[in-house]
Order: sequence, then structure tokens, then C-alpha cells
Amino acid sequence: MISPLEARYYRRRMPLLWWAHRRSYAIFVLRELSSAFVALFIVELLLLVRATARGPAAYESFLDTMAHPAMIVLNLIALAFVLLHAITFANLTPRAMIVRLRGRRVPSRVVLAGVYAGWLLVTAFLAWLLVAA
Amino acid sequence: MDQITLRVARYRPDDEETEPVLVDYDVPLRPDWAVLDGLNYIKDELDGTLSYRWSCRMGICGSCGMMVDGEPKLTCATFLVDLAPGPVRIEPLANFPVIRDLIVDLTDFMHKLSSVKPWLIRQDEQPVEDGEYLQTPAQLDEFKQFSMCINCMLCYAACPVYGLDGSFVGPAAIALAHRYDLDSRDEGDRQRLTILAQPDGVWDCTFVGECSTACPKGVDPAGAIQQAKLAAAQEAMKSLLLPWRSR
Ligand code: SF4
Ligand code: FES
Repeated sequence: MISPLEARYYRRRMPLLWWAHRRSYAIFVLRELSSAFVALFIVELLLLVRATARGPAAYESFLDTMAHPAMIVLNLIALAFVLLHAITFANLTPRAMIVRLRGRRVPSRVVLAGVYAGWLLVTAFLAWLLVAA
Repeated sequence: MDQITLRVARYRPDDEETEPVLVDYDVPLRPDWAVLDGLNYIKDELDGTLSYRWSCRMGICGSCGMMVDGEPKLTCATFLVDLAPGPVRIEPLANFPVIRDLIVDLTDFMHKLSSVKPWLIRQDEQPVEDGEYLQTPAQLDEFKQFSMCINCMLCYAACPVYGLDGSFVGPAAIALAHRYDLDSRDEGDRQRLTILAQPDGVWDCTFVGECSTACPKGVDPAGAIQQAKLAAAQEAMKSLLLPWRSR
């Protein structure tokens, strides 16, 4: 039950395009959207694994599909979104996670540097795998 | 003397107004005047019927929060010269129902604050004769940032999740819950985490991060919410793996 006083309150509603009214909100929505592209990369990876398992012919046809200009454009857009996702995610880590070493709090700059160092290490390892192959 | 125009939202349900209207007032533009001084000038000199809240004039009481040019701000800490040449749009805090002019209803926020039990919870209260619960400076530092909140609700006005779904517990309440969870004298973590892990709790937050941008006290409620998510997830894993541990 609302009182007669409350009945006279003026209640505002968020506009449907609330995220278009503010830069920070728009960037947030882009970041949310980037999850779809992360999912796309995973699906592509799974398809690659499946094609590899099915033998050389399936593998070649997968490569052909991926070499199509439209696929390349899509993947470039996806890459941009995945990078946005990864970088914003990494930058938020120190705020979400308090790291302690020997009972002392590790400064957030150091945590952030650790995240990027880890990322670099994994990337270097993958690059080495590719080159070595 | 220089003047600046304040474009103030007026909502006067007593006068049969069904929605707010913007009314322009010219006030002196003085280098030492905050938006709140401009509002006080209107009230004293131009129109005594203007309604708004304020008290301390020094960023402590948290009662003067309003939307200034669309941003949630403490009007006692936002200076007119920084907004010149104007006009400066002044509206009631977003995401809350408006009672009159610049005054919003706080009831929802008050309920949410108390729902997270923001006080020291002890399994066994120590008798008064035994003195205070002691704490080292390092233990104080663990939660000090989150204890700086002045309940100004700017973070709620900045939060689109709260704007879209008013049942979300919201930034300041979660930051305050986290403040007590981190307090070495407190033993109520699990009670609070159970509350925060419920629907409308921490998991409603999508980490927009605007609450922390809006906060005038550097509380970083967005950080607190993510830390609480982590703690809630760890607690859930523990009770899954070690069910006999949970009560
Ligand atoms: S967390 Fe900051 S913005 Fe939110 S109520 Fe507290 S002081 Fe105000
Ligand atoms: S009047 Fe107290 S915080 Fe502004």
C-alpha cells in the first residue's frame, strides 16, 4: 500500500536508450557486447578442432572458409572487441582482487603488472609454439 | 557583479503540478560560491518556496546530493565558477522518486542499508569490563577506505542497474557490508555474504563502474562489490566441497 503522499511522488523512468546518453555508459555497453565476440572465437576454435579431427580434407575446407574476405573482416572486428574485452578485464583485476604476500597487501600497480606479464608470457609461449612448428 | 543562471527543477504537487518544470534564477557568480550557495541565495532572496536538503556545507553529512548538469554531485562541493558561463541545470538525484523540487525519498536506501547488517556482529560479546576490541593500524587499513562513505547516494544516482531495477541492493550498501566483513573485530561475514549472494545482491552488478566515478569520498563501491563477489563465490565453493563445515 502506498500512502497518499507517496502517490504524489514523481517517478522517473530510465529512457530506453539510456546508454546512448553518456559516454561511459556507451563504453560499458560495448564491453558487454564484446562477450559475444569472445564466444565467436571459442566457437571458431571448436570448429577448428572438429575439422582437424575429421582429417585433412575437412581441415582444408575449414581453412578455405576462414580465408574468405567476409570471414577475415568479421574476425578483424571480433579481434578488436576481444582486445577491448581483455584489456578492460585486465585493468579491473586489481580492484576486484586484493593480493597478499606474506601478510602484506600487494599494491594494485604491481598486481596489474603481474596480470600483463602473465598475458605476455602466454602470448610469447604461443608465438614460440607457432614459430617452432 | 557577474551573474550565472541556475536552471532549477521545480516539482510542486501541492500546486497541481504533475511533472517537474525547469525554472531559471539568476544568482551572483562569486568565486567562493558552490552550487549550494546559489540555491541558498534563491531561497533567501528570490523564492522562499524552493525545497532542497543540506546541512554541513563541507562534504560530511551527505544530504546535498543533486544532479548538476546531469552528473550526480555534492552541491556544497561543486563550485559555480567551474560551471560558468551556465546555465547550470540542477535536478533531484536520479533514480529516486521526487517528493518535491530537489528532495527525493530516501526510504528505499535506508531499508537497503540496514538489510546488510552494517554493525559489528560477534559470536560472543566480550563483557564491557574487558575493554575495547583492539585493532592494529594495519587491520584498520584493511577497511578504512570503505568506511569513508557519507551515505550521499550519488552512487545510486550513477548506477544504471539500480535505475533499471530498483530492487538491487546497490553500491553503498554493499560497500558498507564489505567494510564490516573486512573488520578484524567482526564475525558476521557469513551472515552478510548469504544476504549479498541472494538475487538483487552482488550478482546484479555488471561492473559499469560509474558508482566509483561519482563517489565524492573515494570509496570505490564498484571495487567492493567485485571483492564481495569473489568472497561469495569462494564461500559457495567451500560449502560445496566441505559441506560439513557449513552450519
Ligand atoms: S559510496 Fe560514495 S557515492 Fe555512495 S553513498 Fe557512500 S560516499 Fe556517497
Ligand atoms: S551539505 Fe553536507 S555534504 Fe553537502
